[in-house]
Amino acid sequence: MHRFANPARFARFAAAATPWSAALTALLFAAGLMLALFASPPDYQQGETVRIMYIHVPSAWMAMFAYVVVAAGSASALVWRHALGDVIARAASPVGAAFTLLALVTGSLWGKPMWGTWWVWDARLTSVLVLFFLYLGHLALLNAFDDPARGGRAAAILALAGIVNLPIIKFSVDWWNTLHQPASISRLARPAIDPAILTPLLVMAAACFAYFVTLLLVRVRAELAAAKLRSARSALLAHG
Amino acid sequence: MSAFLALLQRDLRLALRQGADAMLVILFFVLAAVLYPFAVGPEPGLLGRIAGGVVWVTALLAALLSLERLFLADYQDGALDLLALAPQPVALMVLAKVAAHWLTTAVPLIAAAPLVALMLGAPSETILPLMAALALGTPSLSLIGAIGAALALGARRGGVLIPLLVLPLYIPVLIFGAAAVEAAASGAAIYPPLAILGALLLAALPLAPLAAAAGLRNALR
Repeated sequence: MHRFANPARFARFAAAATPWSAALTALLFAAGLMLALFASPPDYQQGETVRIMYIHVPSAWMAMFAYVVVAAGSASALVWRHALGDVIARAASPVGAAFTLLALVTGSLWGKPMWGTWWVWDARLTSVLVLFFLYLGHLALLNAFDDPARGGRAAAILALAGIVNLPIIKFSVDWWNTLHQPASISRLARPAIDPAILTPLLVMAAACFAYFVTLLLVRVRAELAAAKLRSARSALLAHG
Repeated sequence: MSAFLALLQRDLRLALRQGADAMLVILFFVLAAVLYPFAVGPEPGLLGRIAGGVVWVTALLAALLSLERLFLADYQDGALDLLALAPQPVALMVLAKVAAHWLTTAVPLIAAAPLVALMLGAPSETILPLMAALALGTPSLSLIGAIGAALALGARRGGVLIPLLVLPLYIPVLIFGAAAVEAAASGAAIYPPLAILGALLLAALPLAPLAAAAGLRNALR
């Protein structure tokens, strides 16, 4: 595993893997959307709006997964000084933020017909919103310094503080919600999921995961190329 | 320990001699709370119901205001470099500066909180729980805030950056601080939320200085 911690080697691996990963993403999305939009039955209570779930739930999963990736990259950058960890955290953060925003927006669009309102202060919604703010703070800190390496280290510390706090925030938001808001509108009946709905959901989740991996590979190569450009430029300036 | 006390003494003395800062924080706190009756109307029932939450949010924002100064002056005049060179761990220095920050900003806030709460018409039996919750919660706010202040050192627009970094991490403290007041108002037991506030403080006490120290070392590199 540590073999790939070398940025140059990882860049070669990423270049080779990107087309395969992209093809897999396209395939999974084609199959997943086909299943989700046409082949799966409408829900007996929610009707056609249940199809929003096939985007919403995978986005929410990826939103959390991407933060774990950011934190893991940050930890390896801080502890082992792996340059690649910093690059991966930098590359994964905007993608995770986009997935979080997607989960929030699709949740809101789904909430309007189901709950009759765009937004409720439900525990899950609120913790995803907080996750979105954590992403925004991470992104802002990444880009707040003239020296990108310094921003990377500061953002890595913030990501670790965030991952420690995330369970605490989740727990306290759950507690807050049960205290202030009795289960009135936000509880959907959650029976065991029927396979006719579960299969498209899992295919869509796999598609979103493959999409995340593809974007990560592309963005890591772009970040590595940008770092190379920066050092070449400063070497050029140093030599006059 | 003596280094800790020396630094604490120095920061307290600096804050007292400059004086105005603590007063400004209190003034902001009272002014921001006074805005609420204008915004939601002077009806006593409504104001009394939201008083606890208003005090918590405005106290939190007031504490946030002063965070930027936590390390900035020492960073700019180079004192922070010398403090970091001292044989004591950087985390201990962070703890001393956080203690000074808490004593000079949060303690006056806790003292002013009953006044603001009563002006908003909070039920009198919620005043003591409010002060207890603030006394247990504000140290966590200062500790977590130190992480944000350390990370934003030397950043472009550092002052705007700190709230973005710190506010999401403040949510648990706010929830349980307001829950203690809510419990007192409805006659429920106030002990559980206060115990959780204490637990949050005990978790933040060792962890936050370490994270802030890592941030400072990054800033001084």
